[in-house]
Amino acid sequence: MADGYNKPIPIPQPESDYYWEGAKAGELRLRHCDDCNQAYFYPRNICPECGNNNTSWIVASGKAKVHTFAIVHRPPHPGFMDDLPYVPAIVELEEGPRMATQLINVTPEPEAISIDMQVKVVFESITDEISLPKFEPA
Amino acid sequence: MPVMDRLKAISGSAAIVGVAESDRFGRTPDRGPMELHAEAGRNALADAGIDKSEVDGVFTSGGYSTYDIAEYMGIAPHFTDSTSVGGSSFVIHIAHAMAAIEAGYCEVALITYGQTGRSDRARGALNLYGVTPGLPNAQYEAPFGIIGPPIAYSMAANRYMHQYGEDRTREAMANVAVSTRKWANMNEKAHFYDTPMTFDEYHDSRWISWPFHLLDCCLVTDGGAAVVITSAERAKSTRKGGVAILGAAEGHDHAILHQMPDLTRTWGRNTGPQALEMAGVTHSDLDMAMIYDSFTYTVLVTLESLGFCGPGESPDFVANQRTAPGGDFALNTNGGGLSYAHPGSYGIFTVLEAVRQLRGETGERQLDDCKLAMAHGTGGLLSSTGTVVLGRE
Ligand SMILES: [Zn+2]
Repeated sequence: MADGYNKPIPIPQPESDYYWEGAKAGELRLRHCDDCNQAYFYPRNICPECGNNNTSWIVASGKAKVHTFAIVHRPPHPGFMDDLPYVPAIVELEEGPRMATQLINVTPEPEAISIDMQVKVVFESITDEISLPKFEPA
Repeated sequence: MPVMDRLKAISGSAAIVGVAESDRFGRTPDRGPMELHAEAGRNALADAGIDKSEVDGVFTSGGYSTYDIAEYMGIAPHFTDSTSVGGSSFVIHIAHAMAAIEAGYCEVALITYGQTGRSDRARGALNLYGVTPGLPNAQYEAPFGIIGPPIAYSMAANRYMHQYGEDRTREAMANVAVSTRKWANMNEKAHFYDTPMTFDEYHDSRWISWPFHLLDCCLVTDGGAAVVITSAERAKSTRKGGVAILGAAEGHDHAILHQMPDLTRTWGRNTGPQALEMAGVTHSDLDMAMIYDSFTYTVLVTLESLGFCGPGESPDFVANQRTAPGGDFALNTNGGGLSYAHPGSYGIFTVLEAVRQLRGETGERQLDDCKLAMAHGTGGLLSSTGTVVLGRE
């Protein structure tokens, strides 16, 4: 674990362990329904569209555009105190689904970030098991 | 889909006969939430003139199940409902109470609420972070610092600004903050009763999570509230008579923020039209609306979702202090979650104020000839909504 990392850390669950193994290996893995022929997020064994189990995994390109963001000035949790201001975001992946993330390597000012800007995934290692998929300008 | 013919058949079959806050209200460092539930419950029953022994349906949410509250109060109900979908739960309970009464499961329904958001902070009793490891939020939002309503709602608001214009949205948010404060200045129970707000104070308040200033965000207070419901027939013999439940609707379309289908439309798009149709009325028939104002943006997105105006039109709808006292659209006349009270889950307070306006009990801020009101709660991260249409002859 990175020294002093005191933010919430994901605990892999039965339907997400492969997702988090992927993130640790530098892959953004998405669930894909082979009946609906579309990817979805977050990982679930059962397709939220059709309800079938005919699902597989694909590796996302990591390319996305910003769907929305905020610039946080008051920490919601003590672990984020030293990160202020930081930029939580929702991005729309090239494959279609949206996911929540954080934008990094951006100036945390409204003028410096724009909705629809192109971004790409980067993995930030926070523990031996977990790397978080964050996004930076493409 | 809801079966409208059957809903119309039970429109008005039940009535709200008692409403109350807890005696201790605003800041209660020496009181726990259960006492506030019980105190408000006792007060609402007194308002109705109904003895506790007659309560046979209990409804609650916000960290307690009905058996917790009923045990505390010494009630053993025959009907129980702990539906818990955030701050809208207590509005949704009204539909459930009406359905239960109509079906014969109970005759006197008591909905209680109590939270001490303000004092919990001081005593470290609050789970401020809302992170439960087994829920998707803990893996897919919280690790990125998307924790709690201000950040999530501000992200939705930024999307709205992108689609419909930042400057006019900002002006609308300011209009909501200032107009709501003016109503609070007429409500002696309001946290900000004695404190006016100028537009400059709004724009100069510090950033919490851009695009939200501090004054875009609801209060964090302590308090309880309760509502008593019975059949329309039985309501006639209660102390104040009944306020008829004419329409009621509920639902949700996501739990965590990034799963929301459209950050600029809530499930109110269904509950608003459904509740109005069930009541057999339209938007223009309403004399007032109580809309859960967790944030200024919540009001804008909800006005549009409920159908008071079209997508992107709420900045025009609230322009020029139209929703302030004396304006031609009476909105959040108690001062709202923004300026009256917000112990954690505010939804029930929209009902209290609507009932009091319909009864003519609101003193300085009383609307003329108020006969038909809407109360609307939003819960979670713009996730769930409950809408009721209430009326008095
Ligand atoms: Zn499918």
